[in-house]
Amino acid sequence: MSKGNIVLTKEMFVPAEDNFLEAETISAPSVSYWRETWRRLKENKLALFGLIIIILLVLMAIVGPYINGYSYFEQDFSKKNQPPNSEHWFGTDTAGRDLFTRAWYGARISLFIGLMAALIDFVVGVIYGGISAIKGGRTDNIMMRIAEVLFSIPYLLMVILMMIILERGIWPIIVAMTITGWIPMARLVRGQVLQLKELEYVQAANAMGAGTFWTLAKHMVPNMMGPILVNITLTVPTAIFAEATLSFLGLGIPAPEASWGTMASDSLGSILIGNFYQLAIPALLISITMFAFNVFGDGLRDALDPKLKK
Amino acid sequence: MRKLKVMALFLVVVTLLLSGCFNNSGTSEPTGTKDKPGGNNEVTEKIIRTNSGSEPGSLHPGKAEGSHDSWILDHTFVGLIKKTAEGKIVPGMADTWEQSDDSLTWTFHLKEGLKWSNGDPLTATDFEYAWKHVLNPETASVYAYQLYYLEGGQEYNAAEEGADLKALEDKVGVKAINNTTLEVKLAQPTPYFLEVTSHFTYYPINKKVQEENPDWYKEAATFVSNGAFKLTQWNHKENIKLEKNENYFAKDEIKLDGLFFTLIEDENTAWQMYQSGELDLVYPLPQDVTGKLMAEKDPIFHNGPDLSLYYLNINTKEKPFNNVKIRKALSLAIDRQTIVEHVAQGGQKPAYGIVPPGILDTKGDFQENSGDLFKEDVEEAKKLLAEGLAEEGLDKLPPFVYTYNTLEAHKKIAEAVQEMWRKNLGIEITLENVEFQVKLDREKAGDFAVSRGGWIGDYVDPMTFLDLWITDGPENNSQWSNKEYDRLIAEAKSTMDTAKRMKAMHEAEKIAIEEFPVIPIYFYTKPYVVRETVTGVYAPINRYPQMELADIQ
Amino acid sequence: MLRFAGKRLLWALVTLWAIITITFIIMHSIPGDPFAREGKMPPAVYENLTKHYHLDEPLYVQYFLYIKSLLVFDFGPSLKSSTLTVNDYIEKGFPVSLHLGIQALLLAVVLGLIFGVIAALNRNKWPDYLSMVLAIIGISVPSFILATFLINYFAVEWGLLPAATWSSWSHTILPTISLAMLPMAYIARLMRSSMLEVLNQDFMLTAKSKGLNKGFIIMKYGVRNAILPVVSVLGILAANLVTGSFVVESIFGIPGVGELFVDGIFNRDYPVILGSTIFYSMVLIFLIFIVDIAYFWIDPRIKVAGEEQ
Repeated sequence: MSKGNIVLTKEMFVPAEDNFLEAETISAPSVSYWRETWRRLKENKLALFGLIIIILLVLMAIVGPYINGYSYFEQDFSKKNQPPNSEHWFGTDTAGRDLFTRAWYGARISLFIGLMAALIDFVVGVIYGGISAIKGGRTDNIMMRIAEVLFSIPYLLMVILMMIILERGIWPIIVAMTITGWIPMARLVRGQVLQLKELEYVQAANAMGAGTFWTLAKHMVPNMMGPILVNITLTVPTAIFAEATLSFLGLGIPAPEASWGTMASDSLGSILIGNFYQLAIPALLISITMFAFNVFGDGLRDALDPKLKK
Repeated sequence: MRKLKVMALFLVVVTLLLSGCFNNSGTSEPTGTKDKPGGNNEVTEKIIRTNSGSEPGSLHPGKAEGSHDSWILDHTFVGLIKKTAEGKIVPGMADTWEQSDDSLTWTFHLKEGLKWSNGDPLTATDFEYAWKHVLNPETASVYAYQLYYLEGGQEYNAAEEGADLKALEDKVGVKAINNTTLEVKLAQPTPYFLEVTSHFTYYPINKKVQEENPDWYKEAATFVSNGAFKLTQWNHKENIKLEKNENYFAKDEIKLDGLFFTLIEDENTAWQMYQSGELDLVYPLPQDVTGKLMAEKDPIFHNGPDLSLYYLNINTKEKPFNNVKIRKALSLAIDRQTIVEHVAQGGQKPAYGIVPPGILDTKGDFQENSGDLFKEDVEEAKKLLAEGLAEEGLDKLPPFVYTYNTLEAHKKIAEAVQEMWRKNLGIEITLENVEFQVKLDREKAGDFAVSRGGWIGDYVDPMTFLDLWITDGPENNSQWSNKEYDRLIAEAKSTMDTAKRMKAMHEAEKIAIEEFPVIPIYFYTKPYVVRETVTGVYAPINRYPQMELADIQ
Repeated sequence: MLRFAGKRLLWALVTLWAIITITFIIMHSIPGDPFAREGKMPPAVYENLTKHYHLDEPLYVQYFLYIKSLLVFDFGPSLKSSTLTVNDYIEKGFPVSLHLGIQALLLAVVLGLIFGVIAALNRNKWPDYLSMVLAIIGISVPSFILATFLINYFAVEWGLLPAATWSSWSHTILPTISLAMLPMAYIARLMRSSMLEVLNQDFMLTAKSKGLNKGFIIMKYGVRNAILPVVSVLGILAANLVTGSFVVESIFGIPGVGELFVDGIFNRDYPVILGSTIFYSMVLIFLIFIVDIAYFWIDPRIKVAGEEQ
């Protein structure tokens, strides 16, 4: 506000009209929360870039394995350990299999597992942690002790037990991944809710008779989206590598199918003899995925947070 | 202010934690050739630094189990006999020995003036005591069955609760006649008994020490042994140091001052420690590294035969694998040379038989005399598969599962075999990896179609492989049964006549290869690296690399 | 506060009992046997072994025998080692894992908070992007790859640091980094996001408008109000760090307790499974209790569970 160049005229000082009703109406067009979020998200170039990468990754996971005419399982020992070249764009592995095809085949499994694990951890974690903190007292105590029990029972033991009960496939992996995966999320959400529920606007909402779920969903989740999104972005790579651990126990996808996690852990020996690209390809793809999710997640968080509105 | 105090206290605690936490402070780290390979450092002590996979479960000869335990035991103890680098049996604690005409009674004459590492005299009584200790059911020794060759050995070990242990113990066929004479009675003639006594279960223990302190084997301070080296330092889960035993009867042959074992499980790290000059000898090596070193003919690389076989079990009780032609087709369609060269990469020998090389026949090598008992042939395999399917009334081989225990190396072989079967025979299979315990469980229950198997010989004789597949044998996972095979094995077991035994065993091996209860893949090797400055390390067929006679230039 | 602690201690005992019982049931219902071997083990040898370790008793008897020995803090023998008991393994291994874990935790928390705060203060400027790239690498490259890389360069190629083993402080540097990378990245991201939120709060603006020193505002009001999510996850994070990582410890040959959690299960070494589980849950329960107290210390408005008004 620059000083000095405002000319005051008499017309500026007319009495206000006594129209209280009009003052109460909302002048801006009524936009829903989510549409508003989308509008703000679109303005964030970096977040859009992240979104485009995610869409590209998903597209490649669908069509990538069919592009160059190799299959993920066909071996050709005369062509083993070839660095990336015009024939094999990502090179070949120790059995002479095409890494481009394997990488995109692996993307299907890894992306699906990563996203599902993140989604389930989010839903279960927010609900469990939220209820625990909102109800408080004895309920909170018991719910947190149950989480402790579940988190303390050896994870490998539960997975081995699960293998006897469940058939092989992708869903047992998801179950194994999320059986304790939601607990850190629940602890995080509980901590945030404990803090938020003492704030005036939440207490006001409660006083006005808002239910537990309503308070949680409408007033609290948007206000702790930041930490939640960070946690989700951590869940994705953790799940991708946990799949490799699970396949060690025999719960993962069976060989010769590929996933980024198993591709990375199998090619560990390649560091020792200098075939870095075998490890670099899955590691790079995971990093790119993480980059995309991070910038998109950040943008989403900003868009969701009304306080950051500029 | 209060916060500052808390911070200060915290820092003090952390500093204390960080400073006082290394078991090694105060104990000796070997100097040796510490720097980069090739670096010309002054050698103060002749110590070979190597790695042993994990903390030994036990260094008591009667309770030990597994190759990591035995590697240390081989360097700290010595039994009645020893074996040379070429596999020849030479005197150990025993100077001479003779057997009775019926081959049931063996008399060993110990050397004079033998001593334990603590200076105690070593007598025949120590052997008698040690062997009976292993067989005592209360000792609960895993390898007790290695002593079932002794008369009354199995009866004593299998004693029911409440049985008269003392009486059973007295019936065990081992007796110290005097300080230097040990008389051994066997349950039945055993042609390879002398060879068996080199197994660590047959090593002596110091009777006086064991009786005074039954926990003597748990710490270096109380450890007493009779071999080339004595245990002088054992930081549990970290490292083990052996030093030359001045009381060893052949101490003049020992050029080294000691051995230093770092306990590290990860093969990659062990190899990296070799590269960074922290180790001098590394075994085993990562697969990719072995392939590279072998291709480059690196002078640090050494390879030796190993008494073991990699094979696939086929469940012969399950249709259609009851059909010999189908089993044979599966075997003939595998390209073993490719697996050995490109997958296993350790210079392994493709297996066209069951008995590995390195075992003496009446003349020459048993495996060489057998020759290749079958030839890979894709056309023949296709023909056999078609015939077999017709006999079973099938038009296509139903999809089946190949089970293996989780390990990178097994996975690669499984993938290669799957591809070969797909390309050569047009059959689709699923691979399934399970935890080792689960695999054992499934095999015992007969709940598998094809499963990965491996066998390491207990002693250097074809029998250790051939008696696996007798009807209802404990490791006969294929549940195969052949009367003629059983007869030949029984015949070979009942005679001391080498020519007759070997002939029977050759015939038995041929039957096994005609019927393929298992598909042999390759015979293992023992690739290891050792610095060029180290000489005299050798790898016997059924042992880890031996460093007893090594020297550092 | 004392009443609160006492109450939580009682709860801890109930929780522990539930953990022990459920673990006991699961471990006896999965396939496998501690004495299963590839190859021959005559029945007599097997019977001698099971009798020696009381595994021939009915399960409920084994259960009560175990609980009884627990009352005198005896975790029993290891079925795979006749040299070390479960108590020995924990006594020898825990100081090592604790040392490594605390180093990694300090590194992760200190650097994580610094990176997080700097990133938030420089939102959408290069320090923010740099810290994001570092965090993405930390999150996307798991410890087993990082560890192998670190050894390959720092020990093998450049010869700056020893490759492995636990013999001096310089031996702890590489494993500490391998272990700290992921929690550091996580804390940095978490701190950045909650810091951003706090920076826009009214009290921050008020403090600013009052003309208080910027650094003082950030430390006194910013960090303190933003740290809560970090504290929330710190309990579980710290429990996992100080009880040893199987991967990092086995790659670097560190004699910690990390291997117990994995080897115990693969070997079906029942006393080791139970012992390591109890050990882990005690650490976890303790640290979560500390976190709950820390909540109160950070934000006195928070009422912690069990503490009734």
